[in-house]
Amino acid sequence: MFSKKTEELGKPEVDENQPLLRVRDLSVVFRTREGSAQAVNKVDLDLARGQTLAILGESGSGKSVSAKAIMGILDMPPAEITSGTIEFRGKDLLTMPEKERRLYRGQRIAMVFQDALSALNPVYTVGEQIGELFQVHRGLSRKDSKKKAIEMMDRVRIPGAAARVGDYPHQFSGGMRQRIMIAMAIALDPDIIIADEPTTALDVTVQAQIMELLAEMRRETGSGLILITHDLGVVAETADVISVMYAGRTVEHGPAVDVFANPAHPYTVGLMESMPRLTGAGDRLYAIPGLPPSLLNIPAGCPFAPRCPRAEDICRQDPPPPAVQLDGIRYAACHFAEEVVSHGIH
Amino acid sequence: MASTETPDPWGAAQAAPAGLETGSQPSPDSDPILEVNGLVKHFPLRQGIVIKRQVGAVQAVDGVNLQVYPGETIGVVGESGCGKSTLARLLIGLETPTGGSIQLTGREMVGSSGAKLKAMRRDVQMIFQDPYTSLNPRMTVGDIIAEPLEIHPDVVPKNKRTERVRELMSLVGLAPEHIDRYAHQFSGGQRQRIGIARGLALNPKLLICDEPVSALDVSVQAQVINLLQDLQNRLGISLIFIAHDLSVVRHISHRVAVMYLGRIVELGEKEQVYNNPQHPYTKALLSAVPNPDPSQRGKGNQIVLEGDPPSPANPPSGCRFRTRCWKAQSVCAEVDPALEVTSSGAQAACHFPGETPSRPGVAA
Amino acid sequence: MSEPDSVAALETIEGAPGTPTSSVTEAGKSRTLAGDAWETLRGSWVFWGSLVLIAIFLVMAAWPGLFAHADPRDCQAMRARQEPSGSAWFGYDVQGCDVYARTMYGARASIIVGSLSTLMAMIVGAGIGVYAGFYGGWVDILLSRVTDIFIGIPILLGSIIILSSIPTPPGSDFLNIAKVALAISVLSWPSTARVARSAVIQVKQSDFVAASRALGASQSWMIRKHIIPNAAAPVIVITTISLGGYIGAEATLSFLGIGLQPPVISWGIAINDAAPYIRSTPHMLLFPALFLSLTVLAFIALGDVVREALDPKTM
Repeated sequence: MFSKKTEELGKPEVDENQPLLRVRDLSVVFRTREGSAQAVNKVDLDLARGQTLAILGESGSGKSVSAKAIMGILDMPPAEITSGTIEFRGKDLLTMPEKERRLYRGQRIAMVFQDALSALNPVYTVGEQIGELFQVHRGLSRKDSKKKAIEMMDRVRIPGAAARVGDYPHQFSGGMRQRIMIAMAIALDPDIIIADEPTTALDVTVQAQIMELLAEMRRETGSGLILITHDLGVVAETADVISVMYAGRTVEHGPAVDVFANPAHPYTVGLMESMPRLTGAGDRLYAIPGLPPSLLNIPAGCPFAPRCPRAEDICRQDPPPPAVQLDGIRYAACHFAEEVVSHGIH
Repeated sequence: MASTETPDPWGAAQAAPAGLETGSQPSPDSDPILEVNGLVKHFPLRQGIVIKRQVGAVQAVDGVNLQVYPGETIGVVGESGCGKSTLARLLIGLETPTGGSIQLTGREMVGSSGAKLKAMRRDVQMIFQDPYTSLNPRMTVGDIIAEPLEIHPDVVPKNKRTERVRELMSLVGLAPEHIDRYAHQFSGGQRQRIGIARGLALNPKLLICDEPVSALDVSVQAQVINLLQDLQNRLGISLIFIAHDLSVVRHISHRVAVMYLGRIVELGEKEQVYNNPQHPYTKALLSAVPNPDPSQRGKGNQIVLEGDPPSPANPPSGCRFRTRCWKAQSVCAEVDPALEVTSSGAQAACHFPGETPSRPGVAA
Repeated sequence: MSEPDSVAALETIEGAPGTPTSSVTEAGKSRTLAGDAWETLRGSWVFWGSLVLIAIFLVMAAWPGLFAHADPRDCQAMRARQEPSGSAWFGYDVQGCDVYARTMYGARASIIVGSLSTLMAMIVGAGIGVYAGFYGGWVDILLSRVTDIFIGIPILLGSIIILSSIPTPPGSDFLNIAKVALAISVLSWPSTARVARSAVIQVKQSDFVAASRALGASQSWMIRKHIIPNAAAPVIVITTISLGGYIGAEATLSFLGIGLQPPVISWGIAINDAAPYIRSTPHMLLFPALFLSLTVLAFIALGDVVREALDPKTM
């Protein structure tokens, strides 16, 4: 676990003038016994320094698969990236050799997982696990890396860091474990932090603490944050830009304020209307009828058409243009995006 | 495409007839269906290898009083470890209380056994959180829904049971043709409908829903919430709706109980509790819910509680919330506040209910 | 909104994002668990292969005369250790008996010992395992310790003691076979008990058992309807796998001279008799050993493939 590999010391050099992250035409297919599941279908994503991008979607929408593809931790097989580029500061991560790619993982792009308990190794102390990063990537000694670990735990405000550095993951509460995950993610000063459902397993009061910490770390380090979530509230509180995914595709993309104020895709509208509100009256919720399609058998035309109250014949026959541009800054993959923006879906 | 679903609930969901959308009318004037007094459940903590001696107790539920009236929905909210799931298991008879009483339509459940208890169990049913582990994978949907009828054979005569199962399936929006399918052939939302049908089989008066939608996707959650509301309107049953999602609880409940470390700290009509919270914990909980409107970002007065709830094995003296409360005074450590009616009309267990100081500080 | 029936026919992707292993359900087609298992098994060559082998061995055990026309007890010293030939396909053994005939007739003893041991071990083991797992507490502690004690006894040493302390009833092949089966099952039920116990404990914690309990179901109802059907799969697997192992154990005991005794004909005895001559006349050992291995393999393979097909989560 503590082997020092000299070739892994130091961050890979990058061209700071290139865009931070530029994903184009990304497609991921899972080969299963029942057939090929199109988990991600021609997805584009952009992330700038200091920006928070939220990828919003339900289970099976492809949001986590996209994140894993960017991070380079997809299990291949069964997954297979069938098209696309993932450019980090102008360099395509998908075409570079694995040895080079490894330098980006953790140092340039880091990840915070949903389940901190299973993401941390139960047989090592948290200090050893944070310290390992400094030993492997920065070549620090055991003693110095422990000091660094305490420093990181202080930074994510774990009370009594010096005393708790020798504790094992199970000795921490869920919220504290998620803080440790964040400490590990920011340890090597990455340019991008990907947080995959970071608060789904936590209570609301702890969720508030963790989201606040993530925002603070992003401000401090100036890194870009990709937030993968199904929680509209969390998105509304933190995201600058939103990508809504459905059945492997990006169905809507735009600044958070605009998307929330005036969603342009019927699926986004449905999601917003089906969510009970803290301030709402007790009237009926809108329920999106039916179920998301099987990724093995995505309907022809628009994948949302069978559940869409706005759907017409064209929706069931032709796939919508991938990006209908609205007001110059927003996109929606819908034949009737403009009508949806102005008149809603009912 | 072949029909796999009866058209009713979703259709009804979109075009509810007038009078349905307001929710059922609970009748607090009549006698309560369920009356819980001083309910206590302590799980002993034991140590030792051969001879185990008790070294303490997890005070999962510690002195809960609650009444549920016909046709009403009581929401129970709180963080994990607050005892809300233990409360559910006590009410359904899966745990034996350490103390207190549970009266179901006037009959005492605590201490009952045998046929008397079995008869009482008919009136309270439960919907579980996980639609995957709550249905036996080796049984067909028909067998799952018929199980309550077989355990209580006198409710529906044997030759009418299949008919009853089909009725229940269409009631919850499942196609009766699928009676011979296995649960794994259904999606999470449909499986939760199967669980609801099983819960309704014996015509219970009270349905306890323990986080019934938290395992479901957002777009499916609304279907199940609407179904529960429709069923309440149609059948007049009472619901205890346990959830950690405050927005969902507000949507479905008439009254709300807020739990913290095994106790109810605030209890009242939902408008009282949500619009004018009296207990500092309720305030903190509500302020932690993310506001789904990005244009309001940063405008809310968010109270971020420090730290985690203390262990229920060793709760603080006096008021249990005092270790995280910005209002705590010395009296809070000494005197345990009782649940009393406050200015909002709701009951709260706090020495200093009501207004929050303008700038919430750090925990005392 | 669109017609609900058209949307409901679509299926969803279940489970964690990124693992799209959904069960695709054709609309209107009713499937059952057994039907699904059959669908999976039907296309599996391992299933058919092991089934055909087992069927052959069972027929062989029931009517060995169908396969061998020579008399296995017709032994003539002058033919001793002759190589395989046109008249005796597998050659002759030490005493000049036809190896082919003895191999065919040996299936019966081996398979009876295997089945009888399996049956006894399963009834005792599963019973104790279910009881311990379901009731827990002191019952569990007591039964688990007893299980541990039996697991601690080395199977060979244990069966040597058991077999040498019970005299072999003369003149009855069946009692001889039953004695060996008893010795094997007395020492091997604990592994079944352990598997059954842990399966039961796992099932017991499921919400569907809680739901049944909350309805006021009796304990026997819960065990019958919920516990046994869901805990059966691992027990079935260990049973089929051990059936092969028990046949092997019989052979080992007979090989050591304490299992089945002549005049009983069994693969184990044949291997025992042939062992000293392995260098000079390997055919005497090869054929019974080959049949023994094939039987063991067939049962293990069948157990494995059936388990996979019965697991509802893999479909």
